[in-house]
Amino acid sequence: MSFEQFLFYFFSTILVASAVAMITVRNPVHAALFLVLAFFTSAAHWIMLEAEFLGILLVLVYVGAVMVLFLFVVMMLDINVARVREGFVRLLPVGLVVAVGMMVVMAMVVGARVFQLESPGRADADYSNTEAIGQLLYTEYVYPFEIAAVILLVAIIAAIVLTLRRRPDSRYMDPAEQIKVQRKDRVRLIKMEAEKK
Amino acid sequence: MIPLSHYLILGAILFALSVTGIFLNRKNLILLLMCIELMLLAVNMNFVAFSHYLGDLAGQIFVFFILTVAAAEAAIGLAILVLVFRNRQTINVQDLDEMKG
Repeated sequence: MSFEQFLFYFFSTILVASAVAMITVRNPVHAALFLVLAFFTSAAHWIMLEAEFLGILLVLVYVGAVMVLFLFVVMMLDINVARVREGFVRLLPVGLVVAVGMMVVMAMVVGARVFQLESPGRADADYSNTEAIGQLLYTEYVYPFEIAAVILLVAIIAAIVLTLRRRPDSRYMDPAEQIKVQRKDRVRLIKMEAEKK
Repeated sequence: MIPLSHYLILGAILFALSVTGIFLNRKNLILLLMCIELMLLAVNMNFVAFSHYLGDLAGQIFVFFILTVAAAEAAIGLAILVLVFRNRQTINVQDLDEMKG
């Protein structure tokens, strides 16, 4: 077994094991952490496949941003773990049947001779995956790239607008109102007789 | 050397596992979202493998866009989740039966 094969099976084992752990653990925080492990090992796979840019992007964007967001939300919400587990045992056989059935069908498709392609070999030492993707992204795929930017903008605005909340019961200052205040709103001069002793 | 089908079968295993996860954890909205992330990862794995073995970078560009859209989806999905929890004090799928579906 060559070193490359060893790495492939090593990372695949961790990946599949963490995916199994993710769907079976009790605690949603642990599930999120197992998903992080799955992302890490996938990044290793992608780097082995000479997709270095995407491997690093997966770690930075998914592990660094999306999964941290997941962890934030999981810890912010107070989830009743016992209720979540209801029906787990009852659904396990159904889930297993579906998984094994799907697995068999897909293995029959992708195990065919057409897909027994051998690796085309390693690229030269001076080949830069990031540069090649950049070349393609800013020329041929520049419009999809801009649409992706718009999608991200929509996501930002949507997330802010959805979670924004006005609290009528909490006190806060309105600077505009404060600036607009005139003297007559605040000061009232009253003429009155001097009091007798 | 590792043939292409190894990577494809790995992707298939991941996909089947995430479908099982949706079956098992169908009570918890947040775990459903996580299973969808895992599913997208399985698909991305296939794209990257094909891109390497066929020597065509278009597959990697596609993965790039899938990652973008998935990040946006996760952000909006979690925002909706927080909103649901704030209004109903639960994210149990069974309790979200307002519309009698």
